[in-house]
Amino acid sequence: MPEIKTVLLYVLVMAVVTYLIRMLPLVIFKRKIESRFIKSFLFYVPYAVLGAMTFPAIFASTASLYSALGGLLVAVVLAYYEKGLLPVALSACGAVLAVEWMIRMCV
Amino acid sequence: MQQMQSQNSFSKGFKDGVPIGLGYLSVSFTFGMMAVSSGLPVWVAVMISMTNLTSAGQFAGLTLITAGAPMFEMALTQLVINLRYALMSLSLSQKLDNGVSTLHRLAIAFGNTDEVFAVASGQKGEVGKRYLYGLICAPFIGWVLGTFIGAAASSFLPETIRSALGIAIYGMFLAIIIPPAKHYRPVLYVILFSVGMSCLFNYVPVLNRVSAGFVIILCAVTASALGAWLFPVEEGGDA
Repeated sequence: MPEIKTVLLYVLVMAVVTYLIRMLPLVIFKRKIESRFIKSFLFYVPYAVLGAMTFPAIFASTASLYSALGGLLVAVVLAYYEKGLLPVALSACGAVLAVEWMIRMCV
Repeated sequence: MQQMQSQNSFSKGFKDGVPIGLGYLSVSFTFGMMAVSSGLPVWVAVMISMTNLTSAGQFAGLTLITAGAPMFEMALTQLVINLRYALMSLSLSQKLDNGVSTLHRLAIAFGNTDEVFAVASGQKGEVGKRYLYGLICAPFIGWVLGTFIGAAASSFLPETIRSALGIAIYGMFLAIIIPPAKHYRPVLYVILFSVGMSCLFNYVPVLNRVSAGFVIILCAVTASALGAWLFPVEEGGDA
C-alpha cells in the first residue's frame, strides 16, 4: 500500500476524470439536437445500456446461479405486468432468499 | 415544437431515488469492506465514495491503488470504464427542461450514475432540476453510508441478506426496460441485441479480456445505432 499522500492523489485523479466525463457532455449539449438519426440513437441508449449492464452480470449477482435465476424470473414477470421499481426489486430479493433457503434445506 | 410537460418535483424525485439508494447500500457495503481489507483507512474509503459515486470505477481504482500503478494508468482506466457516462450525460442533456442552467448542469453531472440516469430517462417528457436534485439525494446517501458501514464493520450483514440485496439493482433495471419493450417492439430488439453482444463479450475467450466498462459502451453504441438506423423514432414521439 503506497503512503497516504500518494493514495489521496490517486483518489483525486479518479474523482476528476470521472466528473469530467459526466460533466462535459451535459454542459456542451444545451441545444436540442435536430437530427432524426441522433435523436433515435439517444432514445435507444438507455435501454441498450441497461440491457448490457444487466446481462450477464445478473447471473453472478447472488451467492448461487440458481437463486439469481429465481430472482430474474420473478423480476421479469413482475416487470412485464408493470409493477413499479421498488416492488420488482424487492420481490427479486425475496425470490433469491427463498431459493437459497430451499437450497440449504435440500443440501 | 410543441410544449412538453416537465417533471420537476423534488419530493417525487426523492421518492424515485429511494429504491436506488437501498440497492446501493449492498454494493457500497462490499466496496467499503474490500477497501479496508486491502489496507485503506475507513475515512479514505468513505472519501472515495463521496467524490466518485461510481461502482465499477471505484472497484478498479482500488485494485490500482493497492498495486501502486502509475497515475496515467489510473486516469486511463477510469476514462475507459466510465466513458459510458458520457453517453448517458449526452442522452440526459436532451431531456433537461429550459430551467436547468449551466451552474445546475455542473452540479447535476456529479450525480448522474447509471441508475439515476435510468430513472430520469424513464420519466415522460422533460425533467427539471428540482426533480434531479431530489433523485440524486437517496442514492448519494446510500452509497456513502453503505461504504462507511461496510468499512467500519466488515461483517455486519449476514451473507444471505447480502446475496439477496445483490440482485436489487438488476431487478430495478428490468422494471425500467421491460414495460417499454412490451409496448414498442424496436426497443425489445435493441435490448436483445445489446444483451446478446454483452454476453458474447463475457463468455467468448479473447473477447472477455475487454474491460467491462468498455463492453457496455460497445454494446450500447452498436445496438442503439442499429435501432436508430432500422427503426427511426417518429418525429414528436417520446424520444
